[in-house]
Order: sequence, then structure tokens, then C-alpha cells
Amino acid sequence: MTETILNWVIALFMLSSGIFTLLAAVGILRLPDLMTRMHASTKAGALGVALMMIAAMLHFNDLVVMAKALAVIMFILITAPIAAHAIGRAGYFVGVPIWVNTVKDELFNRYDSDTHRLRSGLETEEELKAMKTSNKDKPRIRVTTKK
Amino acid sequence: MEIVILISFALLSLSMLLIFIRLLMGPTLPDRVVALELLATVIVAITGTYAIFTDRSSFIDVAIVVALTAFLAAIGFARFLERGGPRDD
Repeated sequence: MTETILNWVIALFMLSSGIFTLLAAVGILRLPDLMTRMHASTKAGALGVALMMIAAMLHFNDLVVMAKALAVIMFILITAPIAAHAIGRAGYFVGVPIWVNTVKDELFNRYDSDTHRLRSGLETEEELKAMKTSNKDKPRIRVTTKK
Repeated sequence: MEIVILISFALLSLSMLLIFIRLLMGPTLPDRVVALELLATVIVAITGTYAIFTDRSSFIDVAIVVALTAFLAAIGFARFLERGGPRDD
């Protein structure tokens, strides 16, 4: 009886993992620009891996495997945001086009493209002078999804 | 149980196919890097499924190593892009 219930729970976790991963894949294929694609891939992908590792944990029912699977989950949950942040920042400096319907770009004209330094907008006059602003900020390219 | 594992394999393989399409299409290099990272994440999930399928727990170790390598690759690509290496989209 308990075995049957456990099998059903494992099946539920595995299927939801597959569905969430498929959702991430559809998101990365269908969404219009880099930032929205990253938003789909990081969250849904990490959730898919976490669910699959929970399924493995329940299936093996062993303390060592449980610790390893927990380590995978923790590792994915820690590294996925860091990697996404690094790639998103690099994409912003490279000048990846953003979607035409983007409402807000708060970093626009705030980043010094040479020194990679971010202005907060609250600096005093002297600080701005000392920062030797270069006005070479590239305009953000906006793309439409319709080709 | 068998059929559930097969369905999970099918879903994960289909998502790998879709991600691979984005990897080939991807208009810029950062898009491709994001697709590669998600591909590695799907491979980790497939390794977990395979561990359940073959009933061998050692495959969890493989999942750990794949996750670590994917993270390092993503960070390396991001540094490379930010420092302005030669790019050919």
C-alpha cells in the first residue's frame, strides 16, 4: 500500500518536472528577447531539475543519495541566478536588442560603457565631475517580433 | 512506473529539441549562451531520470558534475562577452 502511494508520488514529481522543463523550452523558443528568455529558462529550468531530484530522492530512499540530491538542488538554486545575472549583464553591455514593447529600462544612460560603472542618479556635482562621464552610451536597439 | 519514466524521457527530449532550435536560431551570442545553459540543466534532469530508470544511484554524481561544469561555462562566457572578445554572431 505504502509502496503504491510512494510510486504515485514519484510519478507525479517526474511528470511535473518534465512539464516544467518543457515549459522552459517553449519559453526560450517563443519569447521575444534575451531578458524574457532568461526569465523563462532560469526559473522553470531550476524548478524542473529540483523536482526530478526530489523524485530520485524518494525513489532510492537512501540517506547518501538524499544528501547528494539535496546538494544538486542547493547548487542549482544558488548558481542559476548568478549565471543569469552574469549573462544578462554581459548582454546589456554588448547591446543586445530589447523587445519593442519593453516598458522600462532603468539602466539606460546610467552605465558608463567604458568603466562599467553604474551611476545612481543621486550623486552631487563634484562626484559627477570626478567621474569624467563619457557620453558614448549606445541607444538601446528595439526589435519587433514580426519579421 | 515504466510508462511514467518513458513519458518523462519524451518530455525532456522534446524540450532539448526546442532548446536546440533556439541554439541554432539565436540572433545574438548571449541568446545562444542562455540556450546552452538551459540545455545543460535539461541534461541534469535527464541524468536524474536515467538514475531512476536504471536504479543506479551513482548517476546522481554525474548530475552534480554536469551542473558544476555548466555553471563554470556560463560564467566564463559572460566574462568573455563583457571583456569584449572577438564576436561573430
